[in-house]
Amino acid sequence: MGRFSGFGVTLRQMFRPRVTEEYPEVKRPKPARFHGRHVLNRYEDGMEKCIGCELCAGVCPARCIYVRGADNPPDAPVSPGERYGFVYEINYLRCIHCDLCVEACPTEAITETKLFEFSFTNRADAVYTKNELLVDDQGRAKRLPWEQWIGDEDVPTSAWMRATSPNGAAVYEGRVQWSGELGFGVRLPEHGQALELDEDEIETAPPSEPVAARDEEQDHDEGHGH
Amino acid sequence: MSALGAGDPLFSNGIDTTVVLIVIGKTLVIFVMLLLAVMMYIWFLRKVIADMQNRVGPERAGPYGLLQSLADAVKLFFKEQSMPESADRWVFRLAPYMSALPAFLAFAIVPIGGAVTIAGHRTFLQLADFPIGILFLLAMSGLGLYGVMLAGWSSGSKYPLLGSVRASAQLLSYEAALGLSIVGVLLQTGGATSGGQAHPGTLSTRDIVSLQAWTGHWSGSPGNWPIVHWFVFPAIISFAIFLIAAVAETNHPPFDLVEAEQELVGGFHTEYTGIRFAIFYLAEFMNLITMSAIAVTLFLGGPAGPALPGLPRLGWFNAWIMPVFWFFLKLIVLLFCTVWVRATLPRLRYDQLMDLGWKYLIEIAFLWLMVSGTVRVARDQGWNLWIVTPLATLGAVLVYGVIYLAMPKRDELVEEIR
Repeated sequence: MGRFSGFGVTLRQMFRPRVTEEYPEVKRPKPARFHGRHVLNRYEDGMEKCIGCELCAGVCPARCIYVRGADNPPDAPVSPGERYGFVYEINYLRCIHCDLCVEACPTEAITETKLFEFSFTNRADAVYTKNELLVDDQGRAKRLPWEQWIGDEDVPTSAWMRATSPNGAAVYEGRVQWSGELGFGVRLPEHGQALELDEDEIETAPPSEPVAARDEEQDHDEGHGH
Repeated sequence: MSALGAGDPLFSNGIDTTVVLIVIGKTLVIFVMLLLAVMMYIWFLRKVIADMQNRVGPERAGPYGLLQSLADAVKLFFKEQSMPESADRWVFRLAPYMSALPAFLAFAIVPIGGAVTIAGHRTFLQLADFPIGILFLLAMSGLGLYGVMLAGWSSGSKYPLLGSVRASAQLLSYEAALGLSIVGVLLQTGGATSGGQAHPGTLSTRDIVSLQAWTGHWSGSPGNWPIVHWFVFPAIISFAIFLIAAVAETNHPPFDLVEAEQELVGGFHTEYTGIRFAIFYLAEFMNLITMSAIAVTLFLGGPAGPALPGLPRLGWFNAWIMPVFWFFLKLIVLLFCTVWVRATLPRLRYDQLMDLGWKYLIEIAFLWLMVSGTVRVARDQGWNLWIVTPLATLGAVLVYGVIYLAMPKRDELVEEIR
């Protein structure tokens, strides 16, 4: 019966559960690090995180980010420090959501939300300006008319996008090295990349120590001609 | 039984306006019913295959996706129709209808229900009851090929041409097996009827159905079961061959080499778009439904089935509804089997297709015919069936063995090619 056993297989499958997702009605929870539409984050005091360094634009493989930095006005600074992102535009007709801009950003100014259901009807809408990308005073993304937001898709994914420290070294896992964020504060670090640290060790670790260690490592790297 | 060979009683009292209107009405009903049946079958097919692949299938258009085929048809209807520069314009336009028409016509001989009375005229629930019904079926199934062949020929394009060449070869190969398996049934129609009188055999579908009908009253004895007269039992091998050959003739999976997407783009209908393509699509499924209906008629007793107890046997419910119900129940079971086959088996290779047709089906059908013919003669002559049947079977097996030995083997063929 070997050559007819296929009939049994197909008949049996009729009574198995379906694997189809009823997509528009039922939406699966998205993974924590889902790459969706970007946001430009702000610090807890309302300052913008972007410093206009253009690293994101430089690293973007699709060349969809356009940034121009400018000096902060001394009487009304937009971001802490010298410079800020004066123009910031992302063209979503080109963006491939690779998240390299997020990796490149030294201040975690740009991160990605989980929103992917946005469909514009003209090219002008596809180019998101700084005003559209910037989070509001509660730290949440601005909801544009053509975007369909569900649940906590707009909870910023900054900070715990990185399991390790901003410089990428796994030894700093568990050490908070990022500043608080508007409306959300400091996020707990995410574990699982490198060695396991005890809970109390994480809490009692002096904040200055990792910074010093990072400087050492950078010197080391430079010595090797990176 | 008394109506055997008498034809449709509708015409027995001359033809007047009412009779003509009844015939036109029946034609319209069959036409609409077939169109609806194709729609429903496509939906059923997609749902069942989806089930077998753990999917959901169409579910957006209408409740449970029932209107999906309608939506597809409407879309196709409004699409642009294109025609290749090198096409034979007239034949290109004609081909879809050449394909769809025989499928409609062949269904005319299928008895859907029993005898009913419409406006004082007694008639069969069947469009036409020819004395040569089965020959008509064979003619129509042969004609259906012309649509496919002309489509491929007139497209002026190479893939359609290859598809239609394949279609012709395939139909030729399986027509013989199909015909022989039908003869297996026709052999059973002759001989002693349940009424006791000898009957010379018949080609009329109505008579074939009445011969299989359960005529007595339920007594509980095995000789009196409603299905015991079905020709599927004395002609079981014919039934199997008929089903295989019918699927092959209608170019359905796993015999759909005519439109093998991987090899021939769309096959014979590559160059067809819009409503012309829809007609081909319609014809393809209509052919399958017609063939299944013929199988129900020939082997499964057609509309024959137990009447609903508690209601008068000749009342309107048992005359109108129950036979139609039984017919469609059997049809749906057969159609499910075609879907099941489609979901299970991969497409045959071309040499496998030809092997199956020429080396197995035709031989087996022919030998089975000889065995059942011998048994038939033995029964009529009063010979001992317990001796004749094994002897005939043994003879058939021996003959097949000789044929098998004579057939070139795969290795030899390969050697020859080298």
